Amino acid sequence: MAPTAPSPLMEVEGVTVRFGGLAALSDVGLTIAPQSVTGLIGPNGAGKTTLFNVITGVVRPQRGTITFKGRPLRNHRPHQLARLGIARTFQGLNLFERMTVLDNVIVGADPLGRSRLPGMLTGLGSYQRDERELTDRAMAVLEEFGIADVAHAYPSTLPYGLQKRVALARALVAEPELLLMDEPASGLSGADMADLAATIRRCSQTMGVVLVEHHMDLVMDVCDHIVVLNFGQVICSGPPSVVQADPAVAEAYLGTPVQEAAGE
Amino acid sequence: MTSSLRRDDPPTDVVAPKAAPSTRPRPRIRPVLLTHLAAALLALLGVVALTFLVGPIEQLRIAKVGYLMLAIAGLQLLVGASGQISLGHGAFMFIGAYATALTVLHAPMVPLAAIMVLTVVVGCLAGIVVGAATARLHGPYLAGATLALAVGLPALALYFSDILGGSNGLLFKMRGAPPELAGLVTDNQWKAWVIWFTVLVALVVLATLSRGRLGRRLRAIRDDEAAAAMAGIPVGRTKVTAFVISAGCGSLAGACEAYLLGTATPSSFSLALSLSLLAALVLGGLGSLWGAFWGALALVYLELAGKELADLLGLSSSVADNVPLVFFGTLLIVIVMAWPMGIHGALSRLSGVVRRR
Ligand SMILES: Nc1ncnc2c1ncn2[C@@H]1O[C@H](COP(=O)(O)OP(=O)(O)OP(=O)(O)O)[C@@H](O)[C@H]1O
Ligand SMILES: [Mg+2]
Repeated sequence: MAPTAPSPLMEVEGVTVRFGGLAALSDVGLTIAPQSVTGLIGPNGAGKTTLFNVITGVVRPQRGTITFKGRPLRNHRPHQLARLGIARTFQGLNLFERMTVLDNVIVGADPLGRSRLPGMLTGLGSYQRDERELTDRAMAVLEEFGIADVAHAYPSTLPYGLQKRVALARALVAEPELLLMDEPASGLSGADMADLAATIRRCSQTMGVVLVEHHMDLVMDVCDHIVVLNFGQVICSGPPSVVQADPAVAEAYLGTPVQEAAGE
Repeated sequence: MTSSLRRDDPPTDVVAPKAAPSTRPRPRIRPVLLTHLAAALLALLGVVALTFLVGPIEQLRIAKVGYLMLAIAGLQLLVGASGQISLGHGAFMFIGAYATALTVLHAPMVPLAAIMVLTVVVGCLAGIVVGAATARLHGPYLAGATLALAVGLPALALYFSDILGGSNGLLFKMRGAPPELAGLVTDNQWKAWVIWFTVLVALVVLATLSRGRLGRRLRAIRDDEAAAAMAGIPVGRTKVTAFVISAGCGSLAGACEAYLLGTATPSSFSLALSLSLLAALVLGGLGSLWGAFWGALALVYLELAGKELADLLGLSSSVADNVPLVFFGTLLIVIVMAWPMGIHGALSRLSGVVRRR
């Protein structure tokens, strides 16, 4: 990679979130480099999803700043992020259940559209071009993910692994610069998991990826940098080898009642 | 998996395309507006032809199906596409009808087309006010707020009885068929044409927007607001947009009713109307404009069947008045239990079965 450290894609500093008496995040900071994979791990309830919610403007932190490409994100709302180049997949599938796979992905491509309200109402202006371009773009991504043959199916009729791919395709179709993935591997089979690892690596050539995951094999395999959260605090951060060797990390995981799914 | 030639292909066929470069049929995108305009033109011709085959009372019913369909289609955009609910859509019809009545009474020179446009604008403005006020309400809270609107607004006519005519409403005269067509076309016929023309123009807009980016945005919001927002869709603003369009349709439908009947009375925009519109939508089928058509047909002709049933049984008027409502309600329950996707859902399943044969 570049000899000097590239300027970070996103910086999270001093983020604190309290839900009533519960400190979901305390003074959390992390730096996301462009074209890299940052792992965000920690036991259940550590605050990983909450951090995603803060970044995407769903949850307002009591304290802390978020900077994206050198510009602070303040009072931002979730719908503004797509246009900034930030995409997210959810811990659940959160697919649009009553829309076809193709329409799900076209919605992901919505930020690329150019029509404005009058055109959307009348079918004039950029309406037709939007329809063509967004559909073509979505179809291309479906091909890429090997799910073009189910383009007209409804998500709930597909096996779980394919639904996960639809969710990922929807997040990637607008070509974001930062992709936040919340447990993309949960419920996947071994073969799907290998595909996912390849996809994540491919993504990291053009964008920064933040990966929240419980499957340690995958995390250690694809991540350039790992941040470990426990009870809302960063307890360790560094390259995979450092994190793996840290006794505090092992302790945090062993201390939890739920034994994480150890590979297959 | 590479595409290979079938085994029984003759080996001499050397020019056969070997690895056909992913000839997946691209989803075809037809010029949406033109398609819809053509369909609307056909429908209009159908209505014109139909009015020549039936009597004057039936012509009124045809017109009624038209404007009710518009009101239900507007509701469809709100309920079926964006997942919001309104129990007060009759209130927007009230607004349209009274806007028409007041314009005709106080500014008789204004042409009909301008009145129609005006009622859409007034309806949309009312929609902006109500939509913005209720934007943060979900489910039962939104239902409650719109219910209050349906109950409250017609009461205005009683409160401002010197302007709005109290419980008798406003009576006015609207021109029917142009004098050049006298003898060829009856007033009822002409009014049915005008109403269906207006309704079809509005339906073209509704169908076009539903098919495109705005419709997809609405359906995305209906299915998952968080995911829709992450896809860059401004959830709140888009919901208000749906509410406004739907209010505009309701208002225009009310204007059509006033034009047809030459009256605007508070009792015709009761809570029962609002609830019937919603019931008709569910009955016809959520999620498609066809549902609005079946719903409007059901509303007009089931009410008629209910009345005839009451006559047949020789019931006293106090009971007979409620028979159509009971009849409609019972049928609604039966149909929705048999076909949860409504009439349209049942028909499309049926046509799917037939095509597979
Ligand atoms: N909206 C909320 N209101 C109240 N408490 C919340 C809210 N969201 C999260 N929490 C709490 O904050 C803590 C962190 O939750 P979070 O979902 O961020 O954990 P996580 O690290 O993503 O866990 P998992 O691995 O199970 O997904 C949990 O104790 C959770 O119950
Ligand atoms: Mg989580």
